[in-house]
Amino acid sequence: MSYLPKPRLHHPTLPKNALGYTRRDYEGAISTLCAGCGHDSISAAIIQACWELSIEPHRVAKLSGIGCSSKTPDYFLGASHGFNSVHGRMPSVLTGANLANRDLIYLGISGDGDSASIGLGQFAHIMRRGVNMTYIVENNGVYGLTKGQFSATSDKGSKAKKGAVNTDEAIDLVALAMQLGATFVARGFSGDKAQLVPLIKAALLHRGAAFIDCISPCVAFNNHEGSTKSYDFVREHNEAVNRLDVILGRQPITAEYEPGSVIEVTQHDGSVLRLRKIAPDYDPTDRVAAMNYLQERKAAGEIVTGLLYVDPDPTDLHAKLGTVEVPLNRLGDAELCPGSAALARINAALR
Amino acid sequence: MKPTDIRNPDYFHKVVDCQWACPAHTPVPEYIRLIAAGRYTDAYMINWRSNVFPGILGRTCDRPCEPACRRGRVEHEPVAICRLKRVAADNKEDIAALLPPIPKEKNGKRIACIGAGPASLTVARDLAPLGYEIHVFDDQAKPGGFIRTQIPRFRLPEEIIDEECGYITGRGGVVLHMNRRVESLKAVLAEGYDAVFVGTGAPRGRDLDVPGRKEAAANIHIGIDWLASVSFGHTRSIGRRVIVLGGGNTAMDCCRSARRLGGEDVKVVVRSGFEEMKASPWEKEDALREGIPILNWLVPKEVLHEGGRLTGIVFEKVRAEYDAKGRRSLVPTGEPDVAMECDDILVAIGQENAFPWIERDLGLEFDRWGLPRLDPVTLQSTLPNVFFGGDAAFGPKNIIWAVAHGHEAAVSIDLFCRGEDVRARPPPEVRMTSTKMGIHEWSYDNDVSLDLRYKVPHRDLSQSLRDITAEVELGYDRELAYKEAQRCLNCDVQTVFTASLCIECDACVDICPVDCLNFTENGEEEELRRRLKAPAINPDQPLYVADGLKTGRVMVKDEDVCLHCGMCAERCPTGAWDMQKFFLETARPKARQHACAL
Repeated sequence: MSYLPKPRLHHPTLPKNALGYTRRDYEGAISTLCAGCGHDSISAAIIQACWELSIEPHRVAKLSGIGCSSKTPDYFLGASHGFNSVHGRMPSVLTGANLANRDLIYLGISGDGDSASIGLGQFAHIMRRGVNMTYIVENNGVYGLTKGQFSATSDKGSKAKKGAVNTDEAIDLVALAMQLGATFVARGFSGDKAQLVPLIKAALLHRGAAFIDCISPCVAFNNHEGSTKSYDFVREHNEAVNRLDVILGRQPITAEYEPGSVIEVTQHDGSVLRLRKIAPDYDPTDRVAAMNYLQERKAAGEIVTGLLYVDPDPTDLHAKLGTVEVPLNRLGDAELCPGSAALARINAALR
Repeated sequence: MKPTDIRNPDYFHKVVDCQWACPAHTPVPEYIRLIAAGRYTDAYMINWRSNVFPGILGRTCDRPCEPACRRGRVEHEPVAICRLKRVAADNKEDIAALLPPIPKEKNGKRIACIGAGPASLTVARDLAPLGYEIHVFDDQAKPGGFIRTQIPRFRLPEEIIDEECGYITGRGGVVLHMNRRVESLKAVLAEGYDAVFVGTGAPRGRDLDVPGRKEAAANIHIGIDWLASVSFGHTRSIGRRVIVLGGGNTAMDCCRSARRLGGEDVKVVVRSGFEEMKASPWEKEDALREGIPILNWLVPKEVLHEGGRLTGIVFEKVRAEYDAKGRRSLVPTGEPDVAMECDDILVAIGQENAFPWIERDLGLEFDRWGLPRLDPVTLQSTLPNVFFGGDAAFGPKNIIWAVAHGHEAAVSIDLFCRGEDVRARPPPEVRMTSTKMGIHEWSYDNDVSLDLRYKVPHRDLSQSLRDITAEVELGYDRELAYKEAQRCLNCDVQTVFTASLCIECDACVDICPVDCLNFTENGEEEELRRRLKAPAINPDQPLYVADGLKTGRVMVKDEDVCLHCGMCAERCPTGAWDMQKFFLETARPKARQHACAL
């Protein structure tokens, strides 16, 4: 951490986006996390993604629970809405906020403790309900705030800093999310922003439950030999299935690709996800095949990253509930309380 | 690209843009920090060791450091380095005890310095503490050379000159021969000096060569001679309407002096455009502030006179044309000539070297421009025991160059007198010290100030114009000086990278406020510069490249706009980044033998 705020002076050629903002305008307060924390890189990737998409900061609501990861919303998008909720309860608060105002872009930030331990139930239900959001787990496989105990995502057989070996099975949040019906599932690595930034952009544009499991080494307690979430281990075992380019409607297509090497997925908002294949037969729109592939590579000791599954035509909670297009918080008294005649009509329909 | 060799002192020296740009390589950020800390005497001594005349230069320097200052690239204006130097001089305490002792016992070598200007005095200052006996000859009554005769008192009070010359001439080891014009180098050589240093400046003002010049001679003055005459009090008035010809700093001094001696309608007329004028921007500003118009693109054509008395001058209007090689020529626009009435003309169109006192049969060769043939590094002439410096060496420059020459000549003379090869230059003294005090504590103030440049307070204009000895600039007070000093980015506190410690976590890249850090694939410089996070578009600024990372990538830092805020080092979990203070002092004579000398 640093005591001093980041100097406001910036590079003279720092570009501006369509809104006239520089990337620096999307920053937040200075991080108080340990120096070298992967979470800070994820914050930087979120800043970059929101800047590139020219998102208006006041249209974003960032919500989190408790933990190192859940502190990070303070460190990006300083001009956006924020809510730091109870441990593991971010999903229900986010769901409620989303129901009340469907017009905002919801960004849930959580950690492996917040989502895979205390909040596992909440995690499961927000995924199966298909809340339109981007849910990022900053996954370091360790309880950093309490000085290094194994978390629920620590791999079986991995070593703690003092040498203890984890004997429990790890929860694979990616597999869970896919099984529970998330319509956009990806895994990234804080040490690879070239991969992570497009994943976050695509997730923000996705109109359904988008989940990114982002491996984020804990420099203080989980970056040693024997850890499976260290910079070195993840770099050695990282198997990306694809490389993603997010193409917004207006952008001309310039690059040329070998036939068969690219999959294009057009999302509901018109954005095109162009996936350059790395694993030759991997089809991220085939959920069953994707789940099989994941299990297979995991058994081989690899960490599969990239855009793992995407449903180009997702449904979300509002569609399922049939709510009105206007956000509930903008409805007036007349719409919310249509009077006794309307009540009588409803009652009559139920008789 | 090849990894950067940070063991070569030039690499980090160049990062300290101000120090690199200073001919004398004054450690600027170091003294600015001392000013901020209120240690004015220490700040003065850093300057004194390096540029010899801090109080003088703090008012008059050409400040090549300021256009180079990194601050000017990250916001609008550079740090007011020059005027901070004056703050150190204004606020210092008695420095007598801090000056190097002059040994009673001499080393037996006698050196003659011809001219008592900044170059000669620097030679004397550097050599006297080593036991040399220095004899300084000058045709004036007091030492200082052009510093004393050319610079108007309203820019530089005489007591400052007396004080700073006194630190050199008043402490023994230096014998002054004032009011003694040297008429023959042969005669000087015959006196058996071990070496002779020529620091006689460029004493001849270029004259105007147009019809009518001779007829109106009584009211046409050569600028530098006129300024000297004003300086000595021989000239106390001038006509009401004055035209100053020329666009250099001498012209600015002439017009401002004329304004104070009765010139009510003073104009500066320049051949070239306003931007191309040789005068420093701030000197032009000062003239304009005093109500002196500067008229450009006018070439003198004819001096008008009546009955032997000057009445005016006619100019031809010109414009610039550039040939394929970019060389400029002034061509008439064809518009009607411009006539201006005036009572006096001051000619400040350049200075020339003159060596009528050097016999041409001594073996000392001159080039076709009348300048001595010198080794550009050692300043040794073709007569091995004669050295040159200051304006006498390569034509008119400025005080700080004269000082720089003086230092180099002193090194040469010392080597020569000890029978060593003058080309075997001693290395500079370089120190690198970590500034790390704790996890995020540094021994320098890394909080970057966002303040804009502070203006130096000026004396009231009407008061200034009434008295030619009233100093116009009042200098920063301590509070302003502190604020201005805090604008310095501490470019001498270097970002030093150790690849073997790096875990490539990107923390430094994420925190860097100016996007100068990159971890990327190596490539050829030109291509690499283009694909950095912020393209490195300033080719004058180097890339710092380090290899040896686990992923096989390289660390590339564009030095251009680094704020030296230390955020990268604060964020680094492994100490791969360190903030190390780089201190470089140029080589001094006998620096290796006598560490204490100077």
